[in-house]
Amino acid sequence: MKTSKALAIPYIVWILIFTIIPLGLIVVFALTDSSGSFTLQNLFDMSTYMSVLFRSIFFAMIATIICLILAFPAAYIISRAKSFNQSSLIVLIMVPMWINFILRTYAWMKLLDPNGLINNFLGLFGIGPLNLINNAGAVILGMVYNYLPFMILPLYSVMVKIDQSVIEAAQDLGSSRLSLVRRVILPLSMPGISTGVIAVFVPSVSTFVISRMLGGGTNDLIGDIIESQFLGTSYNPHLGSAMALVLMVIVLFMMSLFNQFGNEEEGAMI
Amino acid sequence: MKKLSSKIYMYALFTFLYLPILVLIVFSFNASKSMARWTGFTFDWYIKLFQDEAIMSALLNTVIVAVAASVLSTILGTMAALGIHSMKKTSKSVIMGVTYIPVINPEIIMGVSLMLLFKFFVDSFGFRFGFVSLVLAHISFDVPYVIYNVLPKLRSMNPNLVEAAKDLGCNSKKAFFKVVIPEIMPGIFSGFLMALTYSIDDFVISYFTSGVKVQTLSIAIEAMTRKKINPEINALSAIIFVVISAILITKNILENRKLRRERAQFRAAQRKESAI
Repeated sequence: MKTSKALAIPYIVWILIFTIIPLGLIVVFALTDSSGSFTLQNLFDMSTYMSVLFRSIFFAMIATIICLILAFPAAYIISRAKSFNQSSLIVLIMVPMWINFILRTYAWMKLLDPNGLINNFLGLFGIGPLNLINNAGAVILGMVYNYLPFMILPLYSVMVKIDQSVIEAAQDLGSSRLSLVRRVILPLSMPGISTGVIAVFVPSVSTFVISRMLGGGTNDLIGDIIESQFLGTSYNPHLGSAMALVLMVIVLFMMSLFNQFGNEEEGAMI
Repeated sequence: MKKLSSKIYMYALFTFLYLPILVLIVFSFNASKSMARWTGFTFDWYIKLFQDEAIMSALLNTVIVAVAASVLSTILGTMAALGIHSMKKTSKSVIMGVTYIPVINPEIIMGVSLMLLFKFFVDSFGFRFGFVSLVLAHISFDVPYVIYNVLPKLRSMNPNLVEAAKDLGCNSKKAFFKVVIPEIMPGIFSGFLMALTYSIDDFVISYFTSGVKVQTLSIAIEAMTRKKINPEINALSAIIFVVISAILITKNILENRKLRRERAQFRAAQRKESAI
């Protein structure tokens, strides 16, 4: 069995070079200036972007809450369907997920356009054209649309394990539909909720594609600012790294907050 | 009443999920460039798509990078899983914790952190951004999925199998290839498929690690969306949609059939038993 432990050595070397060191580089860049000497200036310069940071967190939270509200009944309905229907419904949820997400976002770009299909349709009734794109609502819609399956799938995977007899027992003992949800289904779904919240919040708070395509530069998020520091016009990887560091701290905070709710092995894998 | 409201809810949800994609597909056959007004049927955009050299070379690049990255990460990940499986609890949990990082870390952070690493390689050893940096980056986010798929198979494997093979005259090497590998093969295969799909689909990490010379399909698509109107994108979405649906539906049908067959066999066996 000794030789078999050695099989992990290439992987350990790999994660050192391609996971640990790159994250270390972010910390180093965040705390140095272009000449390489130590500075906290990058972190102070972040204060200019505080509003962007708060907007990112706010948008991601709204998107996560909407996803949770939409996904909860959907996951429950699927989990109570016949087993053959269940697997077909799950495939139907997954198909859009496997379509390139830039294409999906592009579809909304075209639908929401002032001359797009939705406005044309509303025009038939003499409404509009409405301003549907390049605003906060469009960005949040993009997040909900792209990441909704990430909420449905983990919720489904815990709800499917809830025994029907537990639900029937609650009903027999006189529980109303509301208290059935609040006192039985919700507590039993907690591990799925925490996984789903993280799975929606993390990509939402760090996106730059959705805000660029559907926000049209009006609602820049922290991801847009990071992107522009590395590949865009305002090249400054030191400031960009400081922002990436702050973003990582936010994500870690969210994770530690939500991992308390359930053991994370359950339903953690989508 | 409850059944009906559930049905309406699910129909509304699927309309929300599929309507944008279906609109793209319908307008891929539209004669004019408009995405709002139907002016007549055409296949032109499909023909233009296949004649578009940038798209076709991006497709080829995507296939090369995805296949290379997923084959290499399958090998690296399977070896890692075998090693991790035989480790003690503490070192196992440390490694699994680090393995979790690429899965939960925001993609943009993985992208920029690898970009910084490759920039360092460029400055120190004349490394160049391109295929190699893309494959290295893709392996880094692919390997965890291979490990996650192989480890459970190792855990559920009966440890006596290897002993039995050895008792029957296999040496360790032969026991490994004849017993362990076939046992964990389904996990290796699904890990490989997951790595492949994540690689093909990736945009963010490729965006930061590809440099300017090599474009993958996702990057080419993103560049296309920056132009005002481009109906070739619609044609491309339609093709991707058909391919993905075909794969997932076939997989689902096969699994259902297998399930049904197993149930039928189980029932037949029961009947036989009760007959005796």
